[in-house]
Amino acid sequence: MKFAVIVFPGSNCDIDMYHAVKDELGCEVEYVWHDAGSLEGFDGILLPGGFSYGDYLRSGAIARFSNVMKEVVKAAEAGKPVLGVCNGFQILLEAGLLPGAMRRNESLKFICRPVELKVENNGTLFSAEYNEGEVITIPVAHGEGNYYCDDETLARLKGNNQIVFTYHGENPNGSLENIAGITNEKGNVLGMMPHPERAVDELLGGADGLKLFQSIVKQWREAHVVNA
Amino acid sequence: MYKVKVFVTLRESVLDPQGTAVKDSLHSLNYSEVSDVRIGKYMELSIEKSERPVEEVVKEMCERLLANVVIEDYRFEIEEAVAQ
Repeated sequence: MKFAVIVFPGSNCDIDMYHAVKDELGCEVEYVWHDAGSLEGFDGILLPGGFSYGDYLRSGAIARFSNVMKEVVKAAEAGKPVLGVCNGFQILLEAGLLPGAMRRNESLKFICRPVELKVENNGTLFSAEYNEGEVITIPVAHGEGNYYCDDETLARLKGNNQIVFTYHGENPNGSLENIAGITNEKGNVLGMMPHPERAVDELLGGADGLKLFQSIVKQWREAHVVNA
Repeated sequence: MYKVKVFVTLRESVLDPQGTAVKDSLHSLNYSEVSDVRIGKYMELSIEKSERPVEEVVKEMCERLLANVVIEDYRFEIEEAVAQ
């Protein structure tokens, strides 16, 4: 399975993402610049965190119109796994690949620390290696992670089991219903504020994020590799 | 040539933490008559005349990029700049 890490001007978690896939997961991975016109040959798309285009106007608002995003939309429509972390999540929201929007953290402060997450749904291709209800520790680092959507959208997210991760215990940013990560309706696009790529080795303070990447690869192998 | 002023604010239904912090600060300065503060963005656009009506073009720009209509409202004022 081959991954693309999309690099926007201002991305700053691209190297962590690359490291997680290459060194911890042992999969093929390449950086893809934001003006690329094709994502052919890639089986999974990763949108890393950072401050694309300086977060000018709104986080993700300008990155969402970069050339490669047309290809990300195509990949999502083709059913390929698309993971957006932090700024990547904000870009997916602005692009309309996921419902809702981000507001500034309720505290108005940038928060950067490990938080506890509850796995609400382990039936997705991103979370199958976790147990349902499992509490994991993953770091967050954001100023705008206060997820919002209207009541109708929230009802749809719940009815369709699209809420994958919620903050456990304390909610760090004020997000609606403690939401930390959601998928699209089809379940192949995940956006989350916490950084699983920063939690893939005990040396980094924890490895709870690794199972997310392992889930993606396992699902892909079961679907694509004969006698896996 | 048109001069367009675009105002973007969080929707009424969306909590504005910045506005709340500023309101609290005004209260601490004894402006107790302030009941609400909403913080938004102000943009000035200079737009050349084209075949499409300027109202239509600006509305489209607001919907597509300048505002995120999931959480924000927008309004705009258009002035025609007269060549000297």
